[in-house]
Amino acid sequence: MKRSFARNLYELLSSMRFAISLLTLLAIASIIGTVLKQNEPYNNYLNQFGPFWFGLFEKLGLYGVYHASWFLAVLTFLVASTSLCIFRQGPQMLKEMRSFREHAQESSLRMFAHQASLGTTLPRDAAQQKTAAYLQSQGYRLRAAARPDGVLLAAKAGSWNRLGYLLAHTAIVTICIGGLADGDLPLKAQLLLGDKHVVSGSPAIADIPAESRLPASHWSYRGNIFLPEGRRSGNAILNISDGVLLQELPFNLTLKKFYVDYYSTGAPKRFASDVVIEDRASGERLERTIEVNKPFEYKGVTLYQASFEDGGTTLHLKAHSLTAGSNEVLPVDGVVGDAVKLMRRSEPLTLEVINFRPINVENLGTAEASAGTIENIGKHLGSAAKSGEKKDLHNVGPSMIFKLRDAAGQAREFHSYMQPILQEGRPFYMAGMREANAENFRYMRIPAFEGKLDAWFALRAVLTDPAARPAIARRFTATALKGDAVAETMRSKLAATAEQTLGLFAAGGYEALDQFIRKNVPQAEQEKAAGVFFKVLQGVAWDAWQLARERQQLKPLELTQENAAFVNDALNAVSDSFHYGAPVFLELNGFDEVKASVIQATRSPGKFIVYLGCALLIAGVCFMLYVHERRLFVLLKDGGEVLLAGSANRKTMAIDAEFARHSARIEQLLKEPDRGTGPSSH
Amino acid sequence: MELAQAHTDLPLLRRLRIADWLAAFALLGGGLFALARYGAYMDGYEKAILLASIPGFVYLAWSWAGLRNLMGGVALLALAGINLYHGDLARADHAFFLKFLLSSQTAIGWMCALFFMATGAFWLGLAARAEFADRVGTALTWSAVTAGLTGLLVRWYESYLIGADVGHIPVSNLYEVFVLFSLITGLLYLHYAGRYATRKMGAFVLPVISAAVGFLLWYTFSREAQEIQPLVPALQSYWMKIHVPANFVGYGAFALSAMLGVAWICASKGILADRLPSPEVLEDVMYKAIAVGFAFFTIATILGALWAAEAWGTYWQWDPKETWALIVWLNYAAWLHMRLTKGLRGAALAWWAVTGLLVTTFAFLGVNMVLSGLHSYGTL
Repeated sequence: MKRSFARNLYELLSSMRFAISLLTLLAIASIIGTVLKQNEPYNNYLNQFGPFWFGLFEKLGLYGVYHASWFLAVLTFLVASTSLCIFRQGPQMLKEMRSFREHAQESSLRMFAHQASLGTTLPRDAAQQKTAAYLQSQGYRLRAAARPDGVLLAAKAGSWNRLGYLLAHTAIVTICIGGLADGDLPLKAQLLLGDKHVVSGSPAIADIPAESRLPASHWSYRGNIFLPEGRRSGNAILNISDGVLLQELPFNLTLKKFYVDYYSTGAPKRFASDVVIEDRASGERLERTIEVNKPFEYKGVTLYQASFEDGGTTLHLKAHSLTAGSNEVLPVDGVVGDAVKLMRRSEPLTLEVINFRPINVENLGTAEASAGTIENIGKHLGSAAKSGEKKDLHNVGPSMIFKLRDAAGQAREFHSYMQPILQEGRPFYMAGMREANAENFRYMRIPAFEGKLDAWFALRAVLTDPAARPAIARRFTATALKGDAVAETMRSKLAATAEQTLGLFAAGGYEALDQFIRKNVPQAEQEKAAGVFFKVLQGVAWDAWQLARERQQLKPLELTQENAAFVNDALNAVSDSFHYGAPVFLELNGFDEVKASVIQATRSPGKFIVYLGCALLIAGVCFMLYVHERRLFVLLKDGGEVLLAGSANRKTMAIDAEFARHSARIEQLLKEPDRGTGPSSH
Repeated sequence: MELAQAHTDLPLLRRLRIADWLAAFALLGGGLFALARYGAYMDGYEKAILLASIPGFVYLAWSWAGLRNLMGGVALLALAGINLYHGDLARADHAFFLKFLLSSQTAIGWMCALFFMATGAFWLGLAARAEFADRVGTALTWSAVTAGLTGLLVRWYESYLIGADVGHIPVSNLYEVFVLFSLITGLLYLHYAGRYATRKMGAFVLPVISAAVGFLLWYTFSREAQEIQPLVPALQSYWMKIHVPANFVGYGAFALSAMLGVAWICASKGILADRLPSPEVLEDVMYKAIAVGFAFFTIATILGALWAAEAWGTYWQWDPKETWALIVWLNYAAWLHMRLTKGLRGAALAWWAVTGLLVTTFAFLGVNMVLSGLHSYGTL
């Protein structure tokens, strides 16, 4: 009873049914792994699925399908099943490969799919010789067996087909074994047994305890080394499900310099790290450049250029106050990845620099009106170097993204460029803000004057300063009335209007003016009133600017079209600045860039087993599909009767045709009088 | 239905004609010229690929006269195109032959038009039982392949005219591989049509090429995808030259087999049965195509693994594209097992081949559209 169970198990495991079921399971599991994003932070899954499904999926190991125990078990069964299949079929196959079956019975030959009954008048020896020579010339190997009633020529070709079967199946086993050897099975065992523990979060390297460190002798791993320029590291970080382990390397790695080269389109062309490798044991020191697609291997550890980050660039900033009436500027330094307190009297603010980009290439081209069909086809003829759309690529210079967090912990995100960007022919500093990560940045466009921001801030300070209002109004009435002899009441009325306009605008921009008009002016006259207010505002703003310049001891300006446009843009920006969401504007004034390279360190000794398996697989598949095993039996009977029988382990039309051809040729040969052998006589 | 097998009696070397030897010398000369002139810009692997491709192409030219003539024609057209450029991209907009025939976009445009016309001709041939229409369809398919291949080669040259650092083989993005897919599927069809001496499969195979061409046109006109883009660092590798074309021989062959599966199913239900090749021929070609596709897909996947080991530090990391390649591979491995060891035939295999195209299409396109991963070069 027990024996038969073992036997049944053996039968099941080595059956093709079982293997196909395993492969199907593997395919389904793989599909799950592609549909569900793998190895994300667990919080993302929790948000996506809710607590119930999150827990269930976690138990099933769906967040890392390819590392789940059950997946590895399927693979192990596949290896076992395929091995047993080879073990079961292999000897038989090898025997078949070697055998010529020269002792086949006539009755069994008559069962073959291909056969022909021929006759010959030639003597038996001559017939045998001719047939043998023909078959050999066609690539058949053969063996003759004498039998009481004549001789049987047993010929075969393409025996390697069977070898192909063995090679292909051995290859599957080899690849799986190599893959499992490189997998994290041993590490999983250590984690299960409690030898090692993952650390969650992203702790500093010094804080990682000994039971979360793996020795340099560890068999197989893949981890990342984060290296800012000029820094040294001898460890890699391994990400394991929801935490990290520290992998010691047999050497120290120092990043001398990290390069990014760009194409003229602004797309990155080359990422490269100049590194120094110092062997801890021998003290050997090597300098190498590691690039994408050009890794470097040292002591079984291969180092790859994986990605790059900012390594803590220091940004030199000018914090311009946006408080009404203030033109205060404070210098601040921010470091990417760090937080710094902005010392402001009223409300404490924390600056967190998120990101810095030294180069931004943007398409400043404008969309064209759509063309007709013929014209559109015409645009797509010619070389593939051009696009149907007009493009105008420019590097608009460095940019930064930062957050400002208030005392309550609320933060907004900001995006600023270091240099002005041309729009409609005029230079603007673009300043973006968003409340949440999911939103797009909304931009305020601050006009540059003589390439700088200062004029706008000076103008804004005067415009929003209540103390400056009477002076501005005075200047305004003086310019507007140009010394005309008008009544003092008229003069003071105009000054009052100017002051009122200024007051409204300083309180809330165009919106405040708009609200005022809606509230106080009859509907029929609103449009006209808006026009008047706008005109007054423009005039007042011009005088405010001149006043600001006078205070800065700068020469007054002429009212040119260009300057008028500046005033207009400046008013728009002042109005928008009420929605900027921050009491300061940070101007990027300079930077000391520090780049960091992320180098991946991999040790995968199973690689060579996998490669061997791949070579076997290619050979196996080619033999199986392109070498056809064919057998031809020619039974030459003493009475001149000839029986031709053929078999193949494939059924294709080419093979049917081949038998027909051989049959015809042999029939012809056996009829001809003896005048030499060989098939070339046709 | 007869196999066109007049040549198979003689060993390859004894079948060669003068044209074959000329082709071989031209290929050898061209290859060595490229090596001598541009060898300084190639690394060892690229030189090895160039040298190994010479005997490869010679073998192809010798075993299939049609392909030999195609190589000759395409070489002349592409060289003419290159010559007309005088090293100046702007000439594509005014030099007559460049603008209307040989510049890459124009040539690929011709390919698209010719494939559509070939599809129409084959349908007409099927509907009217017109042998002449089938001949026209075959000629149009050859012309389409000639135009498309010329377009790709000229595109290759154009990429170097943009800038020496931008130049690269045109198999780097979804646009380029769709052209490649159309060409390879067309060539495989022509090959089997010649081997089995039947033109009746065209009405079923050409529609899948037309679908690819339709996508290509949409991709060009609404996404401006035709513009040559410089290579991202991850793609700057000699592996791309072999991994991508090998993959597309696989995809092309699978697509062809699926369309023959459709033809087989139609014929078995009595639809158009008397206008199609016999079910035996359809099934035989279906098997042959899957065998070719499977062999190339195996090689391509392994090449991909080797490349991944060099670029990403691991030969297999269950990236969606890799995983779907494995699923495609398992699918056809099972198909072949069923046919070869279980002796399965008929409707089940035909339906399976058709389903295989859905799986393949998802691996080829769906992964890029729906799933995210490392193979993001072909995003839509």
